[in-house]
Amino acid sequence: MQEMITANRLRDGLVVFLDAAGGWSEDFHQGAIVEDAAGKAAALAVAARAAADNLVVDVYAIELELRAGHLSPKALRERIRATGPTVRTDLGKQAQGFAPTIANRG
Amino acid sequence: MYAYDEFDAAFVAARVEQFRDQVNRRIAGELTEDQFRPLRLMNGLYLQLHAYMLRVAIPYGTLNSAKLRKLADVARKYSRGYGHFTTRTNLQYHWPKLAETPDILAELASVEMHAIQTSGNCIRNVTADHFAGVAADEIADPRPYAEILRQWSSQHPEFSFLPRKFKIAVNGDPHDRAAIQTHDIGLQIVRNAEGELGFTVYVGGGLGRTPFVAKKIRDFLPEQDLLRYVEAIVRVYNLDGRRDNKFKARIKILVHEKGQAAFSEAVEAEYGANAQTALTLSEADIAHMRAYFAPPPLPPRAPESPRIARRRSRDARFDAYMRANVAPHKVPGYAVMTASLKPIGLTPGDCSADQMDAVADLAEDYSHDELRVSHEQNLILPYVALDDLPAVYDRLASVGLATPNAGQVSDIIACPGLDYCTLATARSIPVAQRIAERFGDGARASDIGALKIKISGCINACGHHHVGHIGILGLERAGEETYQITLGGSADENAAIGQITGPGFSSERVVEAVDTIVETYRAQRNDADEPFLATFRRVGMAPFKEALYERSAGSDI
Repeated sequence: MQEMITANRLRDGLVVFLDAAGGWSEDFHQGAIVEDAAGKAAALAVAARAAADNLVVDVYAIELELRAGHLSPKALRERIRATGPTVRTDLGKQAQGFAPTIANRG
Repeated sequence: MYAYDEFDAAFVAARVEQFRDQVNRRIAGELTEDQFRPLRLMNGLYLQLHAYMLRVAIPYGTLNSAKLRKLADVARKYSRGYGHFTTRTNLQYHWPKLAETPDILAELASVEMHAIQTSGNCIRNVTADHFAGVAADEIADPRPYAEILRQWSSQHPEFSFLPRKFKIAVNGDPHDRAAIQTHDIGLQIVRNAEGELGFTVYVGGGLGRTPFVAKKIRDFLPEQDLLRYVEAIVRVYNLDGRRDNKFKARIKILVHEKGQAAFSEAVEAEYGANAQTALTLSEADIAHMRAYFAPPPLPPRAPESPRIARRRSRDARFDAYMRANVAPHKVPGYAVMTASLKPIGLTPGDCSADQMDAVADLAEDYSHDELRVSHEQNLILPYVALDDLPAVYDRLASVGLATPNAGQVSDIIACPGLDYCTLATARSIPVAQRIAERFGDGARASDIGALKIKISGCINACGHHHVGHIGILGLERAGEETYQITLGGSADENAAIGQITGPGFSSERVVEAVDTIVETYRAQRNDADEPFLATFRRVGMAPFKEALYERSAGSDI
């Protein structure tokens, strides 16, 4: 399994990913990949503390998969969340070079 | 237009400061997210897919230039330079920061705007016909009643925690442009045999996962009893509506489960028992409110404009705009212009700050400082002199708002869908864009004529797909977007819920399927004057089904 912990930052609502140092990054590529149940539980515990400390809200784990040779969120919803609106490629993480994938409006 | 009195201004200002305090306490950790969420929702603030979203109320869709300029200003300062007009005629900002939201609300309050009751289980923004006060065949302007309902329902102590959200619409024209039969309460203004004004009352309409056309529970309600009767309906709902299951909590389920007759009896009993004379509207109350919405002085003008005739004869696109986007006005020499927020290939309902400023200028210069938002996600200039119309058209065209497609195949209602919304199961906007690109706004679209396509990105049906002539519902199946199509829906005075064609279509195939439906209509229609809906009602589903599943497009599922 390959998963990543995500949330929204309380102050501005932006999508963030838990990094290896226990911080939160807006960039999917900085997110820590958890490889097993123990790692996931530990990461979720760190994230829960951040939620309790009012840094983030709506913490959960997302599944990852290889898409065209790059690690990417598996669900379309999560790919859009990590990228930005597919109909406005000038907005969101894709506009900052943070996107794991290229927006495609289907 | 309604103008705040001292009470309104103090109420809104106090609410801004109350929310500022709540936000500060949340950021400081004095409130948990579970405690804070209902408070932010009561102030229109959602957490969406990419960021927060603030929904600003535009009561019955009426704006002036100062309000629209402020909306533009807020879009630039606090969002990403645009806003999205919704099917409740509100405006959504998709990128505000929590910490800045109280400042946004304070700015909005400076032009008598707010975000109160744009979310939560309360009575939401009351909507009305977007041609209110100007339609040539109107019975009465619905907005004074909508404003009375708004004031009565704002922070109503009994109705702030209803089983579920509650939506009211008022229509004042024989033709229903406000989709009243899809509302929790729909009010149709009528005159009785004595010539008195009143309402035909519909209850229990709604879309979502269990769509219902509203039931008529009263042919004629005298206008002075508007609040007494509406209060009776909402009280019966508040007491008897289901709170055990969110998906069965809307009034439509109560009306359905209780039965129309029993529900109606309960309302009539409550109405009879509710002798609260304070809620009976006096003639003076109504006249006072009506005065706010009095039409501006419109000096008599020639009913025809040679300037328009000349331009039409040499400019096919202007001629197309005149046919699609210009409606007759009740005062000769004037017209109602629709500024299309559906440019081909862009997001339905989105409007940039620069476009908002441009329309605000036009409203100020040419439309007595007034404009409207329609539930079909367009902007309306309601008081344009015919001789000014070409100039207004040119200025709209210069900012991309003169697409000649009002009411046509590319004038699509679409919810934000999975591009923005946490609830969505599939994208809506890209499908709308690709359909608009397929049909365009030229000769083919014009030949197809009146056709309402409505797209929702999930079963909650914010894109009103159930009442689209062609409705499209985006779902997710095995990780892929799939689109279910319905035909024959309608949100007007002959409201109907669309019928499902059959198995759904993939994202790749859905536009081709719509094309097949449209071409089947063109082959089946009696002549070019028979619109899609009339043809569908005459020939039924069979030829469409055959074309979709046995001949060309084919289903993927």
